[in-house]
Amino acid sequence: MEHFTPWMALAGGALIGLATASVFWLQGRLAGISGICGGVLAPVRGDLGWRLGFVLGLLAVGVVGVRVAPQAFSVEAAPSLALVAASGLLVGFGTRLGNGCTSGHGVCGIARLSGRSIAATLVFMLVAGVTSFVLRHVLGAG
Amino acid sequence: MQALSGFASGVLFALGLALGGMTQPGKVIGFLDVAGAWDPTLAFVMAGAVGTFGPLYRLISRYASPRFASAFVVHATWPIDAPLLIGAAVFGVGWGIAGFCPGPGVVSAGTGAPEGVVFVLAMLLGMLAFRGYERLRSAAPAARTVAAE
Repeated sequence: MEHFTPWMALAGGALIGLATASVFWLQGRLAGISGICGGVLAPVRGDLGWRLGFVLGLLAVGVVGVRVAPQAFSVEAAPSLALVAASGLLVGFGTRLGNGCTSGHGVCGIARLSGRSIAATLVFMLVAGVTSFVLRHVLGAG
Repeated sequence: MQALSGFASGVLFALGLALGGMTQPGKVIGFLDVAGAWDPTLAFVMAGAVGTFGPLYRLISRYASPRFASAFVVHATWPIDAPLLIGAAVFGVGWGIAGFCPGPGVVSAGTGAPEGVVFVLAMLLGMLAFRGYERLRSAAPAARTVAAE
């Protein structure tokens, strides 16, 4: 919040775009994280390996990264664990019902100019903004 | 080989998230909460990702098939229906509460932070709950038919 670094943000985004492209090139799949996790929960033969590998890759960066650059992985702004649990339930259910999350709709879908993804992204951004406002400025939680 | 390449893609993805500040819920909430000290970082991360993936997607689509699979699998771009909008809204509420979406959530779980671990376990539970809900829904019309008879 204190340090807004547009170039780092753009570079981080470019890495995410490259990672997404590598999954599309190799697996022929659009790398939405909620979809990848959903596929791990409901495994299909021959389609599980890369998904598990991907999730392990995400976890590995967390394991190593927090020791190398703890500040970049700080979760101090997260609310109470009860709220975090409620948030996780909603994110899990909502992303399966709506077929995607920030990466699937927000990155892959918008890059493909998908009408569904553009609509979904507008809705979840708007709703997340309102939720955050109500929680932090009306209810005073978080 | 596939698992290994998936791992490499996952590492690259997570490094991008970390570099872009998206592994800090504070940066995400800073973007979502326009009434606070607004932080535009998330918009720049998304612009960088869309700007990179967009052209590469078009380029890769010209190949006959992906390297490790028989065909490209892409999602329908239309219609905009109720499940899409309701699902996006439910996700939005969850995202706005804690500032975790699935990718950063999994990375945070890897750091061992209780917030990340609890988030991911709850998220998986939410996904399982959706599967249960889907099963109920697909069973419901049949049950009604039986009742009508």
